[in-house]
Amino acid sequence: MDKKIRVLIAKPGLDGHDRGAKVIARALRDAGMEVIYTGLRQTPEMIAGAALQEDVDAVGLSILSGAHMTLVPRLLDLMKANGQETTPVFVGGIIPHEDAVQLAALGVKAVYGPGTPTTRVIDDIKKFTNPV
Amino acid sequence: MTLAEKAAAGDRLSLARLLTMIESAVPQGLDALDELYPKSGRAHLIGITGPSGSGKSTLVNRLSLALAGEPSTEKKVAIIAVDPTSPFSGGALLGDRVRMRDLADRPDIFIRSMATRGALGGLARAAGEAALLMDAVGFPYVLIETVGAGQSEVDIARLAHTTLVIEAPGLGDDVQAGKAGILEVADILVVNKCDKTGADAAAHSLAVMLEIGEDLRKEAGDPGTVKWKTPILMTSALNGEGITALADTIRAHHEYLSESGDGEKRSQARALDMLERLIRERLFSAWQDEGEQEHYQQAKMDVIQRKLSPRKAVNKLFSQV
Repeated sequence: MDKKIRVLIAKPGLDGHDRGAKVIARALRDAGMEVIYTGLRQTPEMIAGAALQEDVDAVGLSILSGAHMTLVPRLLDLMKANGQETTPVFVGGIIPHEDAVQLAALGVKAVYGPGTPTTRVIDDIKKFTNPV
Repeated sequence: MTLAEKAAAGDRLSLARLLTMIESAVPQGLDALDELYPKSGRAHLIGITGPSGSGKSTLVNRLSLALAGEPSTEKKVAIIAVDPTSPFSGGALLGDRVRMRDLADRPDIFIRSMATRGALGGLARAAGEAALLMDAVGFPYVLIETVGAGQSEVDIARLAHTTLVIEAPGLGDDVQAGKAGILEVADILVVNKCDKTGADAAAHSLAVMLEIGEDLRKEAGDPGTVKWKTPILMTSALNGEGITALADTIRAHHEYLSESGDGEKRSQARALDMLERLIRERLFSAWQDEGEQEHYQQAKMDVIQRKLSPRKAVNKLFSQV
């Protein structure tokens, strides 16, 4: 039977710019993935809950507010508490290089800045996931 | 503990894993479903269908809160939200959670998005199995939201105990209402977005269509086996209007089902439906495995090249068996 990669695309925090998240969601769908899109202004608790219930193979976060060093570690903690510490997390947005290094150290698989080709994101997700 | 036992005990990750396995037909998941089957049959399965943009997801959000009551650690409401798989890429954009943000933090509510994966009829291929699992692990209410459905996507009525058809003002005239097969499957008709102009007119044309159907049945001398009179309710999922009344009507329908014996009939039909579907699938795969591949390939070519009609090709295939 088909193995489908299921990806959660979420937009934590308070900024309202969701075009990037929508572009990625659409690109992943067109690459044959099932994308669960949760919309704007999600708390880390909401995102972790959705990742759990949807049993996703990867989580993609779009953050443009600058709050990534608060939001991402919190989400990673919650996912760990839920038993999903091995589920890869990707972050896209405006992330300074030194923060990206720290996020990687915390376990984030990749950080994408503006202008990243969607094909790179697709390839990364395929590389890091192993769906049922 | 097995995954099935853990899921029944309330472990949400195990439940989520099982849903994935069932959806992808992984044997471990299907075995777990077999193990849990005797525990199923207790939940109230509620189908929510209607056209795209009628407000199904927003209504599910409100309705779930009304059915669940105060937050608790008990299992209360499971939601299966179906969106279409792209026929071109095989991918899907599952966006029903966007409208269900009030449910995101509830430990007693579980939402699962499912893609149709090629199934027609408005449901995901494994929606029936997923609903069975939610039922068996102890959710008293299982809400199944179909893809945006127009006129003939009525599979939900065979799966659910209570089918809600959601309409909204401005989506079509009364002739649309007349041809829509989904009206016939409605146990409860909902005119959502009743805060908008045209809601009364929409309710009126639905009422007229229901009356015409009723009159024609009487004229034909059909006393009707169904005693339930489909109500038309007005809601505004946006501001919460009419939601309590809707939840009450859903419960009333459930009572009607158990008192009239209709519920038992539907429940048996549902179980037999699944049995039949699995027999069909098994027969097809057995037939495929039996080495008729050569003839099958030939038949495909004949049909593609228009040498044989599909019907003739099937006749030929089975005369060769």
